[in-house]
Amino acid sequence: MIKITTRRPASDLVERVAELSGQSIFACYQCGTCSSGCPFIEAMDLHPHMVLRHLMFGMEDVLTSKTIWVCASCFMCAERCPRDIDMARIMEALRQVNLRENVDHIKISHMTEAELEGVPQIALVAHFRKNTG
Amino acid sequence: MDIKYYPGCTVKTSARNYEASAIAALRYLGVELSELEQWNCCGVVHTLSTDDLMKQLAPIRVLKHVEQCEEREEVVTLCDMCYNTLSQANRLVKDDPAKLKTVNTFMECDDSHGGYTGTVRVVHLLQVLRDTIGFQAIKKKVKYPLRGMKVFPYYGCMLLRPGEVGIDTPEDPTIIGDLMRALGAEVIDDPVKIECCGSHHTVGDRSIVFERIERIIGRARSKGAEAVVLSCPLCRFNLDTRQQEDRTIELPLPVFYYTQLMGVAFGLDEAVLGLNEHRIDPRPLLREIGYQKKGEYGRITT
Repeated sequence: MIKITTRRPASDLVERVAELSGQSIFACYQCGTCSSGCPFIEAMDLHPHMVLRHLMFGMEDVLTSKTIWVCASCFMCAERCPRDIDMARIMEALRQVNLRENVDHIKISHMTEAELEGVPQIALVAHFRKNTG
Repeated sequence: MDIKYYPGCTVKTSARNYEASAIAALRYLGVELSELEQWNCCGVVHTLSTDDLMKQLAPIRVLKHVEQCEEREEVVTLCDMCYNTLSQANRLVKDDPAKLKTVNTFMECDDSHGGYTGTVRVVHLLQVLRDTIGFQAIKKKVKYPLRGMKVFPYYGCMLLRPGEVGIDTPEDPTIIGDLMRALGAEVIDDPVKIECCGSHHTVGDRSIVFERIERIIGRARSKGAEAVVLSCPLCRFNLDTRQQEDRTIELPLPVFYYTQLMGVAFGLDEAVLGLNEHRIDPRPLLREIGYQKKGEYGRITT
C-alpha cells in the first residue's frame, strides 16, 4: 500500500546538491525537456529529469548512476529548461559529492598509451577535471 | 589593426594549423594577431560548483595579465573551450566582487601588478571577423570563391551555451555559415549543428563519441555536405580523427577550421594552412574546386 507522508526525506543529499549547484531542485515540474534534448541520453541509465525526481525524494541512487559521469556539460538542457534550472550544475554537484569523498572516478595511472595517443590537451584536462577530485 | 590573442594549450600542439591559418588569413585582411606575452592554461572547463573558487584562478590570472600587464581591454581566443571558460569566469567575478577579491588575494604574490578589476572583454576570433572586420569586407577580399563547395558549419556547445556567453543565437546560429557564404561556399544546414560532439569522452569512452559523430556526419552527408567546417580543436579531433577510426562511416567527410577555408579562398599556400595535418585528407576536395598546392588555382572543374 502506498503511504503518503509530509515527512522530509531522511537524506540531506538534496540540500547538499542545492547548495553546491546553486539550483532550485523543487522548481522542476518534470516536463522532460532536459531529457528530450540531451545528446547523451542513450548512454544514460537515469534520464536527466529522472535524476531530479529521484533527488526530490532523497533517493541516493543518483550518486551511483552512470548518468552523472556521462553528462559532458554541453548545457543543452540548461539552455532549454522552462524553469531556468541549470541541470549541468546539478550533474556537476552530484559528481562533486562523490569526488569529495576522495574517490576518483577514473584511474589516470591505468590509462594506456594507445588511449592517449594524439588526444588534445583540452580533452585530457576536461576529462580529469570531470572525473577526479 | 593589432589584436592580442590568447592561444591556450591545444592551439600550440594538436591545433597548430588552426593558429597558423588564423594568423595567415588575418594578415591577408590587414590584421596582425599577436600572442599574449604570458599566459597559462585556462582550465578548459568552467567549474560549475558554487564554492570551488580555486578553479577560477587559472582563467582570472590570464585576464589579470591582459588587464594589468598588457593594459588591454580585449583578448581574443581561437579555441571555443578557452573562450567559454574565460568568459564564464570573467562573468562570475564581474557579478560578484567578494569572489573577485578572494581570487585576487590568492594572486597577490604573483607579481608586482595590481589585482584584476574586471574590465577585460573576452572575444572569439569569429566575433572579430563578424563584428570588427565584417563579412562584407571579407567577401570583397576573396580571390577564389569556394564555388560549388557544400560545407556544413558545425558549432557544438562552447561557442553557444550557456546563452549568457554565447556568440550567436543558441538554437540556430549562423555566424560560421554567414562567413562561408561570404567566401562563396554553399551552406548546408541541419539542427544537429548545435549538438555536442562527445567532448572529453574521447579519452574515457570512445563509443559515446562514435555515436555522436555518426549522427552528426550522417545528418550532414544526407543533406549533401562535402565537408564540415568548425572552430573548436576538440570538435576537430572528434569529427576528424575519431571519424576516421569509426569503421561504420564508409565515406568520411573532411573537416576544416573556418580559418583554413578563408585561406583557401584568399589563395594562400596549403603548407601555411596546415592542410596536411588532418586525419581525413581534405585536399582532394579542394583540388575539385581547382585549388592547387601553392594557393594558385588551376582549371575550375565545378
